[in-house]
Amino acid sequence: MCHIQSSVCFSEVWDKSESGEWLCTASWKTHSGSVWRVTWAHPEFGQVLASCSFDRTAAVWEEIVGESNDKQRGLSHWIKRTTLVDSRTSVTDVKFAPKHMGLMLTTCSADGVVRIYEAPDVMNLSQWSLQHEISCKLSCSCISWNPSSSRAHPSMFAVGSDDSNVASGGKVQIYEYNENTRKYGKVETLMTVTDAVHDIAFAPNLGRSFHVLAIATKDVRIFKLAPMRKESSSTGPSKFEVQIVAQFDNHNSQVWRVSWNITSTLLASSGDDGCVRLWKANYMDNWKCTGILRGDGSPLSASSGQPISTTVGSSLLSQNALNGISAGRIGRRAPFAPPLRPLTSSKIDQTPAYY
Amino acid sequence: MILSTELRGKHMGFAWGQGNIFVYETLFKATGSGSPFIHEVRKDEDIYSPILRKLFNESHHIFVGLQTIREDLPSKNKKPQFVSISKNYRSVIRACMEELQQVAVSTKNAEMSVQYGNQVSILLAIELIWNLCEVLFIDAAPAGSLLLHLLDWVRLHKADVDEKARDVLQSDSPAEHRDYWDVVVSYVLQGRLDEARQMLGKKATLTPAANNIFKMMDNLLSKMPFYNPGGTQTLTEFDVKWRHWHEEVDRCLQDNSFASNQHLEVLCKILLGDEDTLLEHKDLLGTWYHFLVSRLLFCHPTVKPTELHYYAQSCMTMFLDSRSAPEPLDSILLAAFEFDIHQVIKDCSIALNNWWFVAHLTDLLDHCKLLQSHNLHFGSNLREFLLLEYASGLFTHHSLWQLAVDYFDHCLEFGRVYLELQIERVPLDTERKALKVLRICEQRQMSEQVRSICKIMAMRALRNNRLGSALSWSIRAKDAAFATLISERFLQDYCAKGTFSDLDLIDNLGPAMLLSDRLTFLGKYREFHKLYGEKRFKEAAKLLLSLMTAKIAPRSFWMTLLTDALPLLEQKEVIFSADQTYELMFCLEELTSSLNTPSSDSDKSMQEEDVELTKVELLRLALSRNLAMAIVKEGTVET
Repeated sequence: MCHIQSSVCFSEVWDKSESGEWLCTASWKTHSGSVWRVTWAHPEFGQVLASCSFDRTAAVWEEIVGESNDKQRGLSHWIKRTTLVDSRTSVTDVKFAPKHMGLMLTTCSADGVVRIYEAPDVMNLSQWSLQHEISCKLSCSCISWNPSSSRAHPSMFAVGSDDSNVASGGKVQIYEYNENTRKYGKVETLMTVTDAVHDIAFAPNLGRSFHVLAIATKDVRIFKLAPMRKESSSTGPSKFEVQIVAQFDNHNSQVWRVSWNITSTLLASSGDDGCVRLWKANYMDNWKCTGILRGDGSPLSASSGQPISTTVGSSLLSQNALNGISAGRIGRRAPFAPPLRPLTSSKIDQTPAYY
Repeated sequence: MILSTELRGKHMGFAWGQGNIFVYETLFKATGSGSPFIHEVRKDEDIYSPILRKLFNESHHIFVGLQTIREDLPSKNKKPQFVSISKNYRSVIRACMEELQQVAVSTKNAEMSVQYGNQVSILLAIELIWNLCEVLFIDAAPAGSLLLHLLDWVRLHKADVDEKARDVLQSDSPAEHRDYWDVVVSYVLQGRLDEARQMLGKKATLTPAANNIFKMMDNLLSKMPFYNPGGTQTLTEFDVKWRHWHEEVDRCLQDNSFASNQHLEVLCKILLGDEDTLLEHKDLLGTWYHFLVSRLLFCHPTVKPTELHYYAQSCMTMFLDSRSAPEPLDSILLAAFEFDIHQVIKDCSIALNNWWFVAHLTDLLDHCKLLQSHNLHFGSNLREFLLLEYASGLFTHHSLWQLAVDYFDHCLEFGRVYLELQIERVPLDTERKALKVLRICEQRQMSEQVRSICKIMAMRALRNNRLGSALSWSIRAKDAAFATLISERFLQDYCAKGTFSDLDLIDNLGPAMLLSDRLTFLGKYREFHKLYGEKRFKEAAKLLLSLMTAKIAPRSFWMTLLTDALPLLEQKEVIFSADQTYELMFCLEELTSSLNTPSSDSDKSMQEEDVELTKVELLRLALSRNLAMAIVKEGTVET
């Protein structure tokens, strides 16, 4: 399993060895400006990365299998397959479309243009053709594809804008593919999101009929988009009923990233307060914060003034997040104190202990 | 794995893994260096404990058995089954606890010892709660039996009495042991009157002067009525009998019969259920729920389930100091006595670190049809939610993930989609693991996942130049396009090296050959070589020709095929018939005419073109010669 990390101009790839250790297997200069984002393609297409940068380009990289010695020495080689230079401004986000759409790459730029490229031959990563160019009118900062491969609705992605002028309208736009025009058309703008948006993420679909979108802006917001039933003769764009499901300002500052786990049961967010927060919904669909991780990986107590009374297992994750932390002992009183007495006694005393 | 670092006012980035999350320091939208450290935070560390793994494995077995109980039997017939399943779960917990305890005591590592000790006490508490839930909810004992079950429950969880008793009995003079009376009182508090009488007997023999009062006490103890659920006595009859006995004990106390022996007087008061006396023995009772059961035993043995919570609440209040707040365990037990199942589940979820307990208990309670209340889907929603959480946690483990699959199978609403999402992320480290994952997907007709996994493996093999492996994976994925690509590579390799790699695979393609045209050609071409090798020239020739005429061979390969035909044409014996030769010539002409068209690629060097021309000339010559010989042969009449 590889992990990526990007910083100024350089990208690194880390591999987990058989012994469970993480090693940096490659580090190279990817761009001539700050690298904003790096993303993996689905492993079906091989080991492929895409990066985007302030230097107005996006690039596609592929790992090539070198000498067998290299693998033993823990080295891998990445070569650039293509550079996409269509953008005239900093490219702020790069994402691969869901794999059922083929090998498609999407970029968005600071001048508000979203570009969708396709590699018609997945074995030849140097050939990409620009399929769509969409102008969003506001400077774009992030895109997210709806990962659902259901045939019940057309392909969809969301674009977020970091334009901080409240008067210029909703900062999240949803685009959908229209079979008739064969183009992507805007179907929805979230008018209630007027502050700069730094990150958006569609949740994995789980066969639901509605879509869930998380937004990182001045707070964390989760929206539900339920497609409204079209009349049978209507061939126009879909209409959605937009509902805000949750809004959290616990970061008390700008939220920069949001990301879902595999089963969309957990949302992680990080903000200017230097914390990563984990959000979870219970079986009644009530969202609550279940964990906070600080910069050094140690958690804060999740019960900072939040009533946990009505949610099943909501603070469970705070306990869970505590696991795996080497040092910091948390002062949370453990429920079942474990004196090392012989098995026969079940006497519970008051000594706080860590579990 | 945590690498620590100082972090001041920086941003945090993160990325999800399968069961972990990577957290790192970075700066969004700014230049400047971040910290080079990444932290990996994992939840569910429990699953990595080898002893607990047994718990997960065995409870999985019980879980699957529970799901397959026949639905058509009426509930009341199933109750004994459910009780037995509950007992199975509990015995698994106990076994695990014992093993952990052994390791905790024997380990030299102090930190591990503490950790094991922690886990032991958690399991103790879990078993305590489960047992109570079994008594109250699953067995649902009515008044009369209820108290007996509660007594069993307390006895099971307060076994230090036996240890003390052993010490006392093994001493030189048991009746003079300093713990002697503690043991006697403890026995009585737990309703183990026969054992109490035996103990008392030892004291009685030592003090013959007090024989009378010991005899009296022994009498009282022997006459205490216990309800017999299987007997013919009704509850009311038992109640009457018990009251008579109670009055008799009371008379003894009022008469000051035991005044001369303070210990026996205390016993008498206990038999009467005197609260103050009971509370004086807090240290022997240990817990408020022991106090509760003892009090019920001696005040109200016919307690009804619905009355329990009054007694429970008051006992807890009386027993615990005003200073100490109830611990989570106490609230859970109280909720159980109040028959508030949902509260029990909720409190357990909050207090415990692993979903194991609540998931399995809720599942069992759901099967007992105890979770259906208010809303229609409330119960099944909760059960599924907990099972999904538990199973998702298991999925991160390198071998326990296979157990999780069964759990997902039995979650009817979201199980399948969760499985689809999770199984795609299982790291396919080895081919063996990939095959395991595939089998699971194939069994459940998850065709998209099958295709995806095969594609990933095929791609990986191709990158590492293992063409045979790549081909077999793409055949399994039924990926025609990829199979074509790999067949091309095989053919290119052949052109370059003159031999095939992975002959076994190509020879045994069977019907899979039909997946793609190129693959079919590859298979047939290899067959041609085999026939040639076996000197079955006529058949080889026929096959070779059909490859071109049936357009199985790609045009680009025709030259190679025709060149392969040369040795057959040069044989002394005529192999190609006249008709066949005409067809070959036709193919050659087709080929050369397309080569001569202006659109054909012209970046061949002069040398290459020369070679091409020479080949064509040679072929034409060989074909003509063969034609001549064939005509002669066919025209000759055999005499």
